Amino acid sequence: MKILAEIGRYMLLMKKVFQQPVKKSIFHRQLMDEMEKLGLNSIGIVAIISVFMGAVVALQMAINLESPFLPKFLIGYATRESLILEFSSTIVALILAGKVGSNIASEIGTMRITEQIDALEIMGVNSANYLILPKIVSALIFFPFLTLLSMIVGMFGGYMIVFTVDMMTPDDFLTGMTDDFRPFLVLYGVVKMIIFAFIITSVSSYYGYYAKGNSLEVGRSSTKAVVSSTIVVLIFNVILTKLFFNY
Amino acid sequence: MIKAVHINKTFEDGHKVLDDISATFVTGKTNLIIGQSGSGKTVLLKSLVGLHKIDSGQIFYDDTCYSDLSFQEKKKVRQQVGMLFQGGALFDSFTVEENVKFPLDLFTNKAESEKLDIVNACLKRVNLINANKLYPSEISGGMTKRVAIARAIVVNPKYLFCDEPNSGLDPMTSIVIDNLIKEISEEYNITTIINTHDMNSVMEIGETIIFIYNGKKWWEGTKNDILHSDNKELNDFVFASSMAKRAKKNML
Repeated sequence: MKILAEIGRYMLLMKKVFQQPVKKSIFHRQLMDEMEKLGLNSIGIVAIISVFMGAVVALQMAINLESPFLPKFLIGYATRESLILEFSSTIVALILAGKVGSNIASEIGTMRITEQIDALEIMGVNSANYLILPKIVSALIFFPFLTLLSMIVGMFGGYMIVFTVDMMTPDDFLTGMTDDFRPFLVLYGVVKMIIFAFIITSVSSYYGYYAKGNSLEVGRSSTKAVVSSTIVVLIFNVILTKLFFNY
Repeated sequence: MIKAVHINKTFEDGHKVLDDISATFVTGKTNLIIGQSGSGKTVLLKSLVGLHKIDSGQIFYDDTCYSDLSFQEKKKVRQQVGMLFQGGALFDSFTVEENVKFPLDLFTNKAESEKLDIVNACLKRVNLINANKLYPSEISGGMTKRVAIARAIVVNPKYLFCDEPNSGLDPMTSIVIDNLIKEISEEYNITTIINTHDMNSVMEIGETIIFIYNGKKWWEGTKNDILHSDNKELNDFVFASSMAKRAKKNML
C-alpha cells in the first residue's frame, strides 16, 4: 500500500511539473544552468570510467575468448557490443544516478527544509515546475550525448589496451569493432538513456521535494533517491530490452 | 484586512493543532500572534498564507474569501503577498541583488535598469548598501533578514507575513528589524501579521496581539492590556522569569 501511495504522490508531482513555465526567458536561463551542472560537469567522470571500462572489457574478452577455434576479431566485436548495448547506457545511467541523483535530491531537499520552496509558493510560483522541469529537460537533452561519448571513449580504451597485450593485433581488433555494425543498437542505447534520464531526474527530484525535517533527513532523502532511481533504472532496463528485441 | 473565521486544522496523526480560531488582522498595523513553541502559531500563520490547507473555516483577504479560491486564483492573490521566513529563505545560488530582483523578473516586464533601480531603492529602504553582489552565505543574520524584507516589499505587497522575524538575532538587531517592519507596514499601509515569542518585540511593536494556547485563541488585546491582564496562561507565558514577574509587580 505504501508503495502505491508513493507512486500516486510521484504522479501528482509530475502533473505539477509538466505545466507551462511562468516565464520562458527564465526557463531558458535555468535550462542552460542545469545543462552545465548535470551534463557538462558529468563529462569528466563518464569519460574516465568509460575509457577504463572499455580497456577492461577488451582485456577480459581477450582472456576469456582465447581458443584456437575462435577468430581473434571476436574480441573487438564483443567489446563493441558490450559497450553499446549495456555499458554506455545502463551502467553510465547508474553512475549518473549516483552523481546527479544525489545532487538533485540534496539541492531540492535543502531548499525544502530552509523554506526556499515555501518562499517560491508564497510568490505565486509553481515551485515543482520552476525547480524540476529544467532539470528533467536538460537531462533528456544532454544524457544521450554522454552515452555517445561513453561509446566512443570506451571503444578507444579497448583499442588502446590492444597495444599493450600481445593476444591480438590492433587490425584484428578494428575488424571486430566494425564487423556487422548495426546503427540500430546505437539508437537503442540512446533511447534507453533518454528514458533513464527521465527516471533519474524525476525520482531524485521527488525525494528532494518531499524531504522533511533537518539536514539528516536531506541526507536520507538523497540516499533514497539514489537507491530508488537505481532500482527503477534496472527494472526498466529489463523491460526495454525485452520490448526492443521482442524476445 | 485579513480575517480568520472559525478555522480548524488537524494533522494526519490526529493532533488538533488549530481549534476554532477567529481573528481579525488590521491594515496598516502590526498584528502579532504570540504563544509558546508548539502552541500552533506557525501553523496558524502558514494556514493564513495558504501554505497549510485548513480543514474547516474561512480566511478572508479584504473582501475575497481566500480559502475558497482555486489554485490559479490563489496564485494571483499571492503576488500581493510578501513573507519573511524565520531563516530568511533566501535563494542560496542567487546574490542579494538577484534575490530581491527575483519577483520582478517573474511577474513584471520592466527593463533591467528599471528593475535594478527598484531593487536598489528597496535595499536602501532596509538600510543595506554595498551588499548587492554578496551571496546569502556571505552575509550576517541581521543582513539576511533585511534582504528578506527587501524581497518581500519589492512587489509592493498588500499583505506581509513574518514568521519569527528576529529569531537568532541579538536584542539590538531584533529591535531594528522589528521597527523596520512596523515602519514599512505604516508607510505602505500593509496588513502585517507577525508570529513571535519574543517579548521585546511584543512590547516594542505589538499593536493588536492574539495569544495562542494549545491551538486555541486564548486571549486578544494590545500591549498595554497584557500588563493588566489576569489571564493565568498569558501571564505565565509573558512573565515567565521571576525578574519579569517582579517588573510587572513594580510597574503596577
